[in-house]
Amino acid sequence: MGIRFILMVNKQGQTRLAQYYEWLTLEERRALEGEIVRKCLARNEQQCSFVEHRNYKIVYRRYASLFFLVGVDNDENELAILEFIHLLVETMDRHFGNVCELDIMFHLEKAHFMLEEMVMNGSIVETSKANILSPIQLMDKAS
Amino acid sequence: MKEYIIRLVYVEMLGHDASFGYIHAVKMIHDDSLLVKRTGYLAVTLFLNEDHDLIILIVNTIQKDLKSDNYLVVCAALNAVCKLINEETIPAVLPQIVELLAHPKEAVRKKAIMALHRFYQKSPSSVSHLVSNFRKRLCDNDPGVMGATLCPLFDLITNDVNSYKDLVISFVSILKQVAERRLPKAYDYHQMPAPFIQIKLLKILALLGSSDKQASENMYTVVGDIFRKCDSSSNIGNAVLYECICCVSSIYPNHKLLVSAADAISRFLKSDSHNLKYMGIDALGRLIKISPEIAEQHQLAVIDCLEDPDDTLKRKTFELLYKMTKSTNVEVIVDRMIDYMNSINDNHYKTEIASRCVELAEQFAPSNQWFIQTMNKVFEHAGDLVNIKVAHNLMRLIAEGFGEDDDTADSQLRSSAVESYLHILGEPKLPSVFLQVICWVLGEYGTADGKYSASYITGKLCDVAEAYSNDETVKAYAVTALMKIYAFEIAAGRKVDMLPECHSLMEEFLASHSTDLQQRAYELQAVIGLDAHAVESILPSDASCEDIEVDKALSFLNDYIQESIEKGAQPYIPESERTGMLNISNFRNQDHHEASSHGLRFEAYELPKQTVQARIPPASLASTELVPVPEAMYPRESYQTTTVPSVSSDAASTELKLRLDGVQKRWGRQTHFPSTSTSNSTSLKTVNGITQVDGSNTANSRTRETYDSRKQVEISPEKQKLAASLFGGPSKTEKKSATGHKSSKPSSHMVKSHAPKSSMEVASEKTSVQQPPDLLDFGEPTVRSTAPSLDPFKDLEGLLEPTTQVSSAVNHSSTAAVTKSPDIMGLYTETTAGAHHKDSDILSGLSKPPMTNMVGGTTTMQVAQSSKGPNLKDSLEKDALVRQIGVTPSSQNPNLFKDILG
Repeated sequence: MGIRFILMVNKQGQTRLAQYYEWLTLEERRALEGEIVRKCLARNEQQCSFVEHRNYKIVYRRYASLFFLVGVDNDENELAILEFIHLLVETMDRHFGNVCELDIMFHLEKAHFMLEEMVMNGSIVETSKANILSPIQLMDKAS
Repeated sequence: MKEYIIRLVYVEMLGHDASFGYIHAVKMIHDDSLLVKRTGYLAVTLFLNEDHDLIILIVNTIQKDLKSDNYLVVCAALNAVCKLINEETIPAVLPQIVELLAHPKEAVRKKAIMALHRFYQKSPSSVSHLVSNFRKRLCDNDPGVMGATLCPLFDLITNDVNSYKDLVISFVSILKQVAERRLPKAYDYHQMPAPFIQIKLLKILALLGSSDKQASENMYTVVGDIFRKCDSSSNIGNAVLYECICCVSSIYPNHKLLVSAADAISRFLKSDSHNLKYMGIDALGRLIKISPEIAEQHQLAVIDCLEDPDDTLKRKTFELLYKMTKSTNVEVIVDRMIDYMNSINDNHYKTEIASRCVELAEQFAPSNQWFIQTMNKVFEHAGDLVNIKVAHNLMRLIAEGFGEDDDTADSQLRSSAVESYLHILGEPKLPSVFLQVICWVLGEYGTADGKYSASYITGKLCDVAEAYSNDETVKAYAVTALMKIYAFEIAAGRKVDMLPECHSLMEEFLASHSTDLQQRAYELQAVIGLDAHAVESILPSDASCEDIEVDKALSFLNDYIQESIEKGAQPYIPESERTGMLNISNFRNQDHHEASSHGLRFEAYELPKQTVQARIPPASLASTELVPVPEAMYPRESYQTTTVPSVSSDAASTELKLRLDGVQKRWGRQTHFPSTSTSNSTSLKTVNGITQVDGSNTANSRTRETYDSRKQVEISPEKQKLAASLFGGPSKTEKKSATGHKSSKPSSHMVKSHAPKSSMEVASEKTSVQQPPDLLDFGEPTVRSTAPSLDPFKDLEGLLEPTTQVSSAVNHSSTAAVTKSPDIMGLYTETTAGAHHKDSDILSGLSKPPMTNMVGGTTTMQVAQSSKGPNLKDSLEKDALVRQIGVTPSSQNPNLFKDILG
């Protein structure tokens, strides 16, 4: 179980997307998000993009107003996760065309579908953009 | 409706309860529209956990969708399977998932593999018979499926390395082909060929090669290639490089690779990016275990990282320091750690670093004095966060002393401890654990060297008890310490004057709500009233290390047992033997069978079966009435005693089985069992009833005896309690196993011999340099298992090519993957080209109403088949080669040669 959760949070600290790969109750999620978002928002550009939190690490990356936070196990390759975030953003970019916070807000389910294709059981399973996007495009065509 | 459900997802995401709408999400997964259905599945996976009540409603839909002709529906259902199926529902979907492993669509195969992976995570036993599927899928034609299969294989290999050693060669050849860009371009990321698959493979190789020379030798070439090919200017290239370093540090060391790894690390550390520095520090920490000398050249970089304002980097550096601590640098490192510990507020990390300090101090302490001071600091600043065992360790250490037979050194240690504690007691607020240690040490050794008078120490102890009046444990420790001091005074023949504050304290405790405190206070009163001789035998001075003998075999009861046996009692059979007599597997099977037949079932209702148990013999009815009362009253005891008779006659065994039924009826699931007992068994039972009563009687009397014996042993409950807290238990063996310290003695002695040198160094450094470089002093020559005189790497490079081929062919029958892997990659490009056709095909299929969908599906099948055509020549060549070597396609893996043989 490499990846524990993936969060997208904007600069104001509002959650825009949350996907957990282990079950947490609503209260636990709220507490966790509050804590780590506070931690990550407080950091500056020069500091490294990894934060240790309790018994796992958070890898985060900022795109304009949106923060992507990925919680991983301690033995995960942080740089790879950092690049995984970028891959996710590139994939969304290809689908939405210059993706922004609003795209994710208004097409939450699409963003989730992409994540479902890329990550299963907390492991990265698919990294080819064509493979990730083809089911979503097919569904769009069908409806 | 879809919009509303997505709103609901938002509501939950923002932290409000949306449980009122869950049922609508469940309804949505029945929808005909694909998009709505998938959104429904998504919402359900986000809302529900696998133990939610609504899951029952979903399982049926999932089963139906898994059978769907539209592969997108199957994928949506498989996504839900990964998140929602719990242990109990696995059997409901497992057969369908196994079928889907051979689905023509690669997306479905991939998700089916991941579903199996999930089942493996949930309950490994449920899919243990399907593990071979993972191996089979490793040589799937589609790189996506192959990549996904690495995830379950990684888990499997983590749990059991040895069963997968045969896959090393396949993994190596896959990795080689990936690195040589033989995968479709779609998997490239920033000009790196499939970096995520490379990383996963390197992780697996690291596991397989760890301390296995033979397996590692297969990997050297490919890892070396990747080192050379990686582009260190991009993040992803560095990620792969980092994984290579991890792999190199895990597998059997190879000099050339270690050099490349060290190069990569120095590039990381020299970079401006904090991310890379972080990775560099981490990698250094891994490599340092194998070749400690490489840290030397990076001292300055490490110190920079230690001084860095970035907290994450600092922590990582402390982790590195922790790994490279030795007796020569322990003082500096632990000092640094304690300083850092004081500066942070995060309790979680504080605890971690405190425990590390303690561990290092215990392992490498250069002197007792230093050890006690360090422990004091740790306790002072993070006392409540430290594990209580650490405190017990410290107490034991002070009691036992460091030196072997050096009593003066021990007493010096103790008096210095007492002195430092008396000093520390002046501090306003101290953590409870630390106070307990202080009280214990003061009680035990406060007056031992005669420096402090009893009244001074007792005064201090009374102060402690008063100042921390809401901490009962501390008060209890204080009272016991008081008692010990008075006892020592009485035993020494001195007159004891209780201080007035002590008197008032005792009065308060005698009326305390805590029975523990009351007990201690009464004991104190009683001890004070006794004469010197009695007191000395109750509380001998400095005897905390003496072992209290406990006769575990209760040999003093032998006479009594002999007597009872002569009177006709059953001899005692140890519990282990008793369970051995029981046919456990039989019992389990029965239990399992029962569970499977009575648990939740997910198939449709069956036709009613004719009941077989039509004729129950009337005798059995009578027998159920006749079941003796004692059995009902002590079902458990009877269960044990009935197993006692060691006569292994048939009658006994049948009787055993019958007994189990009876027991299950009472303690098992609420299921109805047709009574199978016959009149024959009733007679046995009644016979048994008598022995039962007998057995329980003796058991009772036995427990009474043990209770008595316990009382005898309890000479002084206080002592015993302390001994227990010190040694973790009164038995001798436990004490031995618990001493972590005794074992570290040699090292601390070695330190002593080194001491003049290191102290000189420290002194000289301290005068001039602010950052003591001896932190990184690796001057001590360390034994290196590496350093090969001649380079085996070169030879290997030449050798490896043929060996892999030959061995792969030889291994063929055992591993389906091996022979397959060399030529899969060749297939990749073609198949994906085909896949594009398929996509367009399906698009057209989908644009029409779902009826035509099926047609689209079949055409894709054809396309997929025809797309395999171009490889025919390639694979025929391969086939010829295989035949030359003498391997014929086995029936074990028919898929393997499907494309060759048609």
